[in-house]
Amino acid sequence: MADEPMTTSTPSESKSTLKLMSKSMYAKEAALRNLFLLCATAAVAGVALIFLFVGVRGWPIIQDPGLGAFLFGKVWSSSTDQFGILPLVTGTLVITIGALLLGAPLAVGTAVFLSEIASPRVRSVVRPAVELLAGVPSVVYGFFGLIILRPIIANLTGGLGFGPLTAAIILAVMIVPTIATLTEDALGSVVPGIREASYAMGATTWQTIYKVLLPAASVGIIDAIILGMGRAVGETMAVVMVAGNAPQFFQGLGEPVSTLTSQIVIDMSYASGTHRTALFGMAVILFLISMGLVALVRVISNRKKEG
Amino acid sequence: MMHVSADVREDTTRPRADKISVKDLDFYYGDFQALTGITVGIKERGVTAFIGPSGCGKSTFLRCFNRMNDLIPGTKVDGTILVDGEDIYAPGVDPVDLRRRVGMIFQQPNPFPMSIYDNVAFGPRLHGVTKKPELDEIVERSLERANLWKEVKEILPRGGLTLSGGQQQRLCIARVLAVEPDIMLMDEPCSAIDPTSVQKIEDLMDELKDRITIIIVTHNMQQAARVSDETAFFLQEKTGQPAEMVEFGRTAEIFTSPKDRRTEDYITGRFG
Repeated sequence: MADEPMTTSTPSESKSTLKLMSKSMYAKEAALRNLFLLCATAAVAGVALIFLFVGVRGWPIIQDPGLGAFLFGKVWSSSTDQFGILPLVTGTLVITIGALLLGAPLAVGTAVFLSEIASPRVRSVVRPAVELLAGVPSVVYGFFGLIILRPIIANLTGGLGFGPLTAAIILAVMIVPTIATLTEDALGSVVPGIREASYAMGATTWQTIYKVLLPAASVGIIDAIILGMGRAVGETMAVVMVAGNAPQFFQGLGEPVSTLTSQIVIDMSYASGTHRTALFGMAVILFLISMGLVALVRVISNRKKEG
Repeated sequence: MMHVSADVREDTTRPRADKISVKDLDFYYGDFQALTGITVGIKERGVTAFIGPSGCGKSTFLRCFNRMNDLIPGTKVDGTILVDGEDIYAPGVDPVDLRRRVGMIFQQPNPFPMSIYDNVAFGPRLHGVTKKPELDEIVERSLERANLWKEVKEILPRGGLTLSGGQQQRLCIARVLAVEPDIMLMDEPCSAIDPTSVQKIEDLMDELKDRITIIIVTHNMQQAARVSDETAFFLQEKTGQPAEMVEFGRTAEIFTSPKDRRTEDYITGRFG
């Protein structure tokens, strides 16, 4: 380029000291960009393929007994070929709500303690312990629930102790790390100035927490709880071990119920025909629930940003 | 000698007693001593300015008056600070109660992420004021005293963070005024806002100082000269050494005939 005759009078062209990007450098940049694009696409493609797969396999259930009979059918019985998932949906709902009622306050309290009250030394012990909860395999939770918790619940409610209460308590502990970690992040990202301002106004630590910090972090906390809810809806192994797995309507805290996930895992090994199709249909429902929850998080976060 | 267009007014209306008396104050961050041997009497009403180079302990000293330093683990105060004759570091004194009497404005405007109304009502609500008419009145009066009422009276339910930086700072002042403090600490309140707003806040200080004792930390010497009645000059002579108060006196004297060579060097711009 420097050999070209200088016909133009623009000084920048004739006397540029900026190095030009070499061809190899350009190629490398482009390759990297495409590589990352590929990674992102792979994730999206994975989700899409799974949805497509379960959707195709589950589709006939909407045609044969029909969507209404599937979603709102009150009887789940493979021997009589009745596949209404309403009892399973209610089971999932009861256990999830129970887990949230027990687990969310515990988790938010833990996060407040870690973020606002604990000394650095205490924090350095408690935080890894909470994070460890997330790393415990769910079968271990189930085992704990089965051996330790179930007898206690059996004493409380009568019966064998298999049921929504046992499952909800186990799930409550399992969702604590999810909610606590995200809530602590939300509290940590509150502008530091307002914490100081609150104390300077003569607010006590408690007043600062519940009048200033929790409202300021509320969106993040709601997101955290919704994600915890997603975890509770999807959890399978621990629930299978303690819920009792009777596909019947909720009859009491100590009476066996089944959930969408546990019914799939129990029946999948032997189900065939319409039964199998129904299980795929349930997978689609679970898929839609978690998509709905993620969408909800998005909507809440965006609304906060605007207002 | 630098000539500052100082409008340093003599307050001849009534004699001013000491509002805050500090005696032999040492301050430590852990093992590091940040301040040493400070003894000073800060007069009631009026404005006292703390000036000095960065890192000379002005803000640290200011934060002793409402015990904000208590929130930093490992800090220690030796010596006494009397507010209205009472030792605020005496055992058993509740820093929370102290902070209701000693308000504070920070460098970065820090309204709460709630409505303008709720920001101002925050302090009174802490005190247990719950009746709406009473709160309404406090909010209006406080915003008026902070010269913000006219700008926000139509938009009280709007978020405090939607205001401009200068308005946010006046909102913070209104929030402090709502609890009727008799001391207001201002930690570089104008360094993060635009010049027009600075003017408004300086005017405001001038109005408030008839009733409230104001202490302002500032890097801006012209501002100190403009707004203050007394000035204290702080200096940390060597890194790692504790800072001390070099000179304290009437602002007019500090800026026209400082007694200490180091004060003169600083205000004439020889360092810092």
